[in-house]
Amino acid sequence: MSDARNKILSRLRGQQPVINETERYTALKTELPPASNLIEHFRSRMASVRAEVHLVSRDQWPTKASALLKEKGLTKVLYAPETELGKTLHNSCSDDELSRLVSRTNSVAEWKEELFFDVDAAITSTKAGIAETGSLIVWPTAEEPRTWSLVPPVHIAILDAENLYATFSEAMQAGGWHKLMPTNLLLISGPSKSADIEQTLAYGVHGPTELVVLLITET
Amino acid sequence: MSNLPQKNKPEEIYFYGTCLIDLLYPEAGLAGMELIRREGVRVIFPNDQTCCGQPAWNSGYRDEARKVAAAQLRCFAKPYPVVVPSGSCAAMIKHHYPALFKDTADYEAAVELSKRVYELTEFLVRVLDIKLVDLGEPTQVALHTSCSARREMGVAGEHEALLEQLDNVQVLQQSHKKECCGFGGTFAIKHGEISTAMVREKAAAITATGATTLVSGDCGCLMNISGHLAHQEQELQSQHIANFIWERTHHAE
Amino acid sequence: MQSSGDFHARVRTAVADSNLRVSFRKAMDGFMSKRLDAFPDAEALERLRLRGAEIRVNALSKLPELLERLERQCQANDIQVHWAETVEDGNNIILDIMRQHDARLLIKGKSMVSEEMALNHFLEQQGIECLESDLGEFILQLAGEPPSHIVMPAIHKTGKDIARLFKEKFPDIPYSEDVDTLTRSARRILRRRFYEAKVGLSGVNFAVAETGTLCLVENEGNGRMCTTAPQVHIAVTGIEKVVEKLSDVPPLLSLLTRSATGQAITTYFNMISSPRKPGEKDGPEEVHLVLLDNGRSHIYEDDQLINTLRCIRCGACMNHCPVYARIGGHAYGTTIPGPIGSILEPQKLGLDNIGELPTASTLCGACAEVCPVRIPIPQLLNRLRYERVRNDGTALTRGQGSSRESNIWKAWSLAHRQPTIYRIASLLVTRLRALTPNRLGAWTEARKAPRPASRSLHELAKTNGFDNE
Repeated sequence: MSDARNKILSRLRGQQPVINETERYTALKTELPPASNLIEHFRSRMASVRAEVHLVSRDQWPTKASALLKEKGLTKVLYAPETELGKTLHNSCSDDELSRLVSRTNSVAEWKEELFFDVDAAITSTKAGIAETGSLIVWPTAEEPRTWSLVPPVHIAILDAENLYATFSEAMQAGGWHKLMPTNLLLISGPSKSADIEQTLAYGVHGPTELVVLLITET
Repeated sequence: MSNLPQKNKPEEIYFYGTCLIDLLYPEAGLAGMELIRREGVRVIFPNDQTCCGQPAWNSGYRDEARKVAAAQLRCFAKPYPVVVPSGSCAAMIKHHYPALFKDTADYEAAVELSKRVYELTEFLVRVLDIKLVDLGEPTQVALHTSCSARREMGVAGEHEALLEQLDNVQVLQQSHKKECCGFGGTFAIKHGEISTAMVREKAAAITATGATTLVSGDCGCLMNISGHLAHQEQELQSQHIANFIWERTHHAE
Repeated sequence: MQSSGDFHARVRTAVADSNLRVSFRKAMDGFMSKRLDAFPDAEALERLRLRGAEIRVNALSKLPELLERLERQCQANDIQVHWAETVEDGNNIILDIMRQHDARLLIKGKSMVSEEMALNHFLEQQGIECLESDLGEFILQLAGEPPSHIVMPAIHKTGKDIARLFKEKFPDIPYSEDVDTLTRSARRILRRRFYEAKVGLSGVNFAVAETGTLCLVENEGNGRMCTTAPQVHIAVTGIEKVVEKLSDVPPLLSLLTRSATGQAITTYFNMISSPRKPGEKDGPEEVHLVLLDNGRSHIYEDDQLINTLRCIRCGACMNHCPVYARIGGHAYGTTIPGPIGSILEPQKLGLDNIGELPTASTLCGACAEVCPVRIPIPQLLNRLRYERVRNDGTALTRGQGSSRESNIWKAWSLAHRQPTIYRIASLLVTRLRALTPNRLGAWTEARKAPRPASRSLHELAKTNGFDNE
């Protein structure tokens, strides 16, 4: 098919177009929410797309997480015990709570059926958050594979408010993403949804029906 | 609203009547000329003017349009402002003549002309800063601003501003007010079914306001909507905005 | 290939269908008000649109370089890049990949390019099942219908239609018109197929040359499923979808989702830069990118028409189009309907075939007003009308202007360029107004014929003392 490639490229090169755009862009007016409002902005955006956001202190998040597992009746919850987050969670759980947590460190292909049909939820970390749009930036890793935030019906995400950025552009610049993009990078803004039937919103189409965010703040 | 100082008021202007007004709504054109003359400006109506060429231009017949447009260029040789009582025809000269005459000997003249074209309400409000005294009986109207007036000429605000100056006129709001009436020149003939579906809903939205008169700055829309209203045997009257304003502000002798 | 007669026939059916008109109107009204709410600051919106236009113009102005850079970056990331000059090329590339993996099922995320390729039909002839997983597309596949909107494909279907369809196709599932119940059924059915499928297909919203990243915008999670669960991911895109830099993505994304559905952002924004890396526990082992030309490089050759290729497929032009609202998406008979379809599709399929589409517009400009990348759609419609009827042997696409129409315009032109002829004609029209026909074809089916005035403005100007020069 290199023939197709050459033909396409030579046609494109045959005629260098001159595109007349009379009005030129000057500068984008910043629409950043004021820094002090990042948390509130994030929370209200998330709430508007039916995500559940809990503000928790750094010490308290594992307690809150395990309480949520009980409250929601989740009995098979994926977590990554080898991560800092996993260790903290593990160490603060009672036996009953631990019995709800499962860890899978092998290739997903080996336990795909269980993941697709049997797991209730997954707890994952997040890289950062975006206040303007109420988005989680999820950067899957070997410990927390990309299907975890997608396949189980409930996704519990832990976000440190220190990693909250005003805008997508800001997060991208601060992270120096253009230098090294991961295999997969995700912005997640709420539970899976569709309005394809009569423009009526329905949740949990293919991804999680519930998105729970534990937002760690200093206070 | 920009209010240019009176010193920018020109001593004379050209009036471009448009072919539709010439043959179907001449009273609208006359009213526009009277409104300007009342402000102390000499109004010149070049006798050789015919049509701006837009019908052919929008149908793809550029050569035919250019020949007609070239004849118009010669009617407005002096550097006076050209005032057009139609958003659609004004937009044709202002925005499309340069493209129509591109790569021809008339290009410079077309560009020069395009820079001194004003839609009538734009000229009354922005250049003449006209002040109206309403002498008419209280009435309720619906306003339909043509898509060209709204989007190409950006004078929807000027239409509204003029009606607002009339103390006894209440402008009633209609649903989907920014939506096209379905005229579109030859579109109404070529795609009659779609055009009819559009004008039916536009007319219904206007009738639903309970207004007694439909006012518009473009006779194409007026012809379309009032033609449909008449077909439906609706009693709503329709008038070009110039005619409507002139009748309400003019001391009958 | 269809004719203009087909278009008129579909239009007649559509405008006669009052249910269709009511449901489209309701949907369009909803889209328009949501978009308005999403852009509360008009000035900020205009600046963002300028930025969007600049990004797309920049990308198009260096398209060949950016495509090569995209290819290099993707290959460096282990994404396999394929070039397809035609739909046939593209379909065969995908068939080959399917065969290499001995795959019998292709699970698909929403992709308008795959619709353009008629990929499902092609693969099914080769014994390969294609399954649409976007809820709207899934419904349409069950119904055997094409999408009627590029963002909301099943917008023409009522809840009842869908409930009956599910009952017919899945008799074991109890009948329900409840949207949540229908959605849960679809989830269950498709979950099993996501689990089984070896190959998944997706479209691409933006392909970033700088990093070799494929961006996907979606709400349901099926796009993520198709690009994550199977061992092989095939992404198909038109060659125009490339952008230069990663930093171009946030403004375009913001414009896209807000213009399309009024969402600040979609639920998922998926940025894929490579297949699974060593040590990673999931994700496809192979990622293929198919770059489809199919006429785009011809559109690219014209300084004005190239602007068609700016499009980011938000659908705002159709949401705001008074013609689309009356006739719906199917009447257009093309993959992409609405104003953008009326400029794009005739350039791809030929004005000979669907030259009628550019005439099916009042040029009201609502589309250009909302276009997030400022495509001058009415100007391009006008240009294509010209291309269709021009007769100087240089037309881009051979037109089919009727000689009757052409003669009418010649006569019109003659009458209006000679003031004397015009004056005589108008004298006749105004004096003989009583003879004006009461029927003027399509016009008078819904309107009274206009009556010429008794005195033209030319005459009134003179009698009322206005100068002639």
